[in-house]
Amino acid sequence: MRFLLPLAAFIVLVGFLAVGLGLKPREIPSPLVGKPAPVFQSPRLHEPDQILSSKDNLGKVWLLNVWASWCVSCREEHPLLVELSKSGIVPIYGLNYKDKPELALQWLGQYGDPYTVSVVDPEGRIGIDYGVYGVPETYVIDKNGVIRHKQIGPVTIESLENKILPLIKELQG
Amino acid sequence: MIPDLLNTRGRKQITLLLILALMSPLSWAKEAAPVAEDPVIEKRMLALSEDLRCLVCQNESLAGSRADFANDLRREIREQIKEGKKDQEIIDFLVERYGDFVLYNPPIKPTTYLLWIGPFAFLLIGAGILFFYLKMRRRQIEEPPLTADQHRHAESLLKEDKGNNA
Repeated sequence: MRFLLPLAAFIVLVGFLAVGLGLKPREIPSPLVGKPAPVFQSPRLHEPDQILSSKDNLGKVWLLNVWASWCVSCREEHPLLVELSKSGIVPIYGLNYKDKPELALQWLGQYGDPYTVSVVDPEGRIGIDYGVYGVPETYVIDKNGVIRHKQIGPVTIESLENKILPLIKELQG
Repeated sequence: MIPDLLNTRGRKQITLLLILALMSPLSWAKEAAPVAEDPVIEKRMLALSEDLRCLVCQNESLAGSRADFANDLRREIREQIKEGKKDQEIIDFLVERYGDFVLYNPPIKPTTYLLWIGPFAFLLIGAGILFFYLKMRRRQIEEPPLTADQHRHAESLLKEDKGNNA
C-alpha cells in the first residue's frame, strides 16, 4: 500500500504525458471545415493578366494547395503532388503564398508543376481568408464549394492514402 | 588563463565587441520605429492583439510576435480598424478563420468546459483528498488511554511540578 499509491499516481502521470506527446499542438482544427470555401479572384501565376475566380471551380472536386518557393516543407510534399496530378484523379490548384512570381516560376521549373492553375497571393490576403498560418496547407473542396478537409503541413503518403484520396473518391462519387 | 588572452589583439577585439554591444540597442530602435502611423489605431490594434495568439509561434501574442504571420494579421487588424469596424467584429473575423485557438481568453462552451472548470475541479479533488487524509491520520495517532498506573504516575509528576512552582 505504501508503494502502490505513488506507483499508481506515477503510471497515471506517464499516461498523461504519453498522450501529450502524441498530440500535435501545431495542428489547429480549422473552423472552416464544413463551411463554404472563401471566394477569391486573383491573377494567375503564369498569366498575370488573367484572373482566376474560385467560383469557376464549382461543380468539381478540387484541391487547393498553399505553397511558396521559400517554403522548405513544400519541397517535401512536391513529388507527391506531381505524381497525384499525373494520375489525373483530382485537379490541384496552387495558391502561391507571399512569394515573388519570378522565384515561384523558377521553383516550378526546377521541381515540376503539378498545378492546373496557380494563383498569386503576394500579401497573404487570400491566405488569411482561408486561415492559413503555416505553409504548406492543402484544402479538399467539394462540388458545392465547401471545404471538406484541411491538411496542415506537407501532404504525406499516409495522409493521401488514409484521408485525402478516400475523401475525394467519396465526394466525386 | 584570461590574462593570456588579453594580448593587444584580444584587447582590441574586446573593445570592438563592447562598442558593438553598446550600439545594438540603437540599431533595434531604428528597425522598430516607423510602424505607427496613426497612434490611435495603433493603440487599439495593440490592445486587441495582446489577447490574440500568434498561431505560428504559439506562446506569443499577436502583439508581441515578430513572425511574418503576426505582422500580416496586425496589418489586417489595422486596416479593419481604419474601416471603422468594432473590436468584436474584428475578433469574430479572426475566430471565423482561425478558430477559438486564436483567443487567449476562450469562450465558455461545451468544448472548453474542461479548460475552464478543470483547474477548480482539481482543486476540489485535492482539497477532498487532503481532508480525508488528515482525518485518517488523526484517527491513527489518537492518544492511547493511560493505564491506571500511568495515570497515578502522571498525577504525582504534575503535583510535584505545582509544588516546585509555588
